[in-house]
Amino acid sequence: MRRKIIIFVIVTVCYLLQTTLFTRLSFASITPNLLIIVVSAFGFMRGRKEGLFVGLFCGLLLDIFGGIVLGAYSLLYMYVGYINGFFRKRFYPEDLKLPLLLIAGSDLAVNLFIYFFMFLFRNRYNFNYYFLHLMLPELVYTMVVTIFLYMIVLKINQRLEAIEKRSASKFV
Amino acid sequence: MKRKSKFVLPTRYILMTMTAVCIAGMLISFTLNISGGPLNSVAGYVFIPMQRGINTVGTFLSEQAGRLKNLTDVMAENEALKQQVDALTTELNTIKLEQYELDNLRELLELDQKYPSYEKAAANVIGKNGGNWFSNFTIDKGAEDGIETDMNVIAGSGLVGIVTDVGPNYARVSTIINDTNKVGGMITTTSDNLVVSGNLEHMNENMVIDFSNLSDSDDEVRVGDAVVTSYISDRYQQGILIGYIASLQMDSNNLTKSGTITPAVDFEHIEEVLVILNKKQTAED
Repeated sequence: MRRKIIIFVIVTVCYLLQTTLFTRLSFASITPNLLIIVVSAFGFMRGRKEGLFVGLFCGLLLDIFGGIVLGAYSLLYMYVGYINGFFRKRFYPEDLKLPLLLIAGSDLAVNLFIYFFMFLFRNRYNFNYYFLHLMLPELVYTMVVTIFLYMIVLKINQRLEAIEKRSASKFV
Repeated sequence: MKRKSKFVLPTRYILMTMTAVCIAGMLISFTLNISGGPLNSVAGYVFIPMQRGINTVGTFLSEQAGRLKNLTDVMAENEALKQQVDALTTELNTIKLEQYELDNLRELLELDQKYPSYEKAAANVIGKNGGNWFSNFTIDKGAEDGIETDMNVIAGSGLVGIVTDVGPNYARVSTIINDTNKVGGMITTTSDNLVVSGNLEHMNENMVIDFSNLSDSDDEVRVGDAVVTSYISDRYQQGILIGYIASLQMDSNNLTKSGTITPAVDFEHIEEVLVILNKKQTAED
């Protein structure tokens, strides 16, 4: 229960920052994607199941307030969380390379899907433009934010796991 | 090792179930054109107050920063504005004369006022949600304030967009520069109709949006002509300024023209908007 509440708070804070503060801090009208960091991080830190639910929740939030059709972002983010969950076995908290690589990959994958389904299907063929002026800047900005945000999420998760371990050992 | 008392569903089954739920949700909201429903209410009461709070703080801070603007800047601006006032007063006088003439002519024709003054409600923009791909935002007025889907949203004198979804205390607005949006427009000088469509690429590059299907057989439309919403549009009220023609060229079919429009609204810095509470009457209503 404690974990659920804390994840809810993290997602809420990130969503609010993404839609309010970071739209004012945008460079060349590009805002970073904070939610994908959270989804991806919980995926590889905690496994497929938790990644799936965090992704679903984040996606639902985006769907309600700014989506295309209800369920589209939910589906996309859910799969991102789930697929990141496969990398839990290779995840070590000390290693920063894998998280950065996974988050970058997730962000790029989400954008490619949006381009493919929402732009290419409507005859917007100029992939180079969208890649260079939209996906790449977002990727770079997101990675800059990741370095801070991921550390915070990692610390929160480690604290949570420590508390959970303690309270679990009481019952043995 | 203790046996687990509760049956745990494997993750891949959860994934399959939720995938089915999401696809069903997409199909339902796409075909029946409904959204959220109770989800909107819950989300509205949880997130909107927080967004509103952050927005208030942000506005306060940017106002404080604005006050520190250099005095010389303000004085120079004052000078420029005085000149503008003079110019505008002259223009106003001319327009007054024309208005008088127009009133007379209208009386003769027994026309009602052509553009009735719409009832409007002011609202604040509290969050931009479309990510980098889409241009839509949330405003802090919703169904409780009388906002409904398909109401037009303006800022200053220009068209901003249309309400696409309403929660109890918020509404989602999709702007005319949104890549997926289309508006039926009309050239004021020649009354020729055209289709205005948002374009992310052109908006980012040159701050313009596209138009197409303009049939200008007499070749009278010029760069700089004002484009307003058309009387044939079924969602937009007639006569709201969209923008000005920035460029135009003949299509390859040699019948219609297409080109770009500079929007009348500065979409980068929208903070307050007006929602027109009258909805366009259509034959179905």
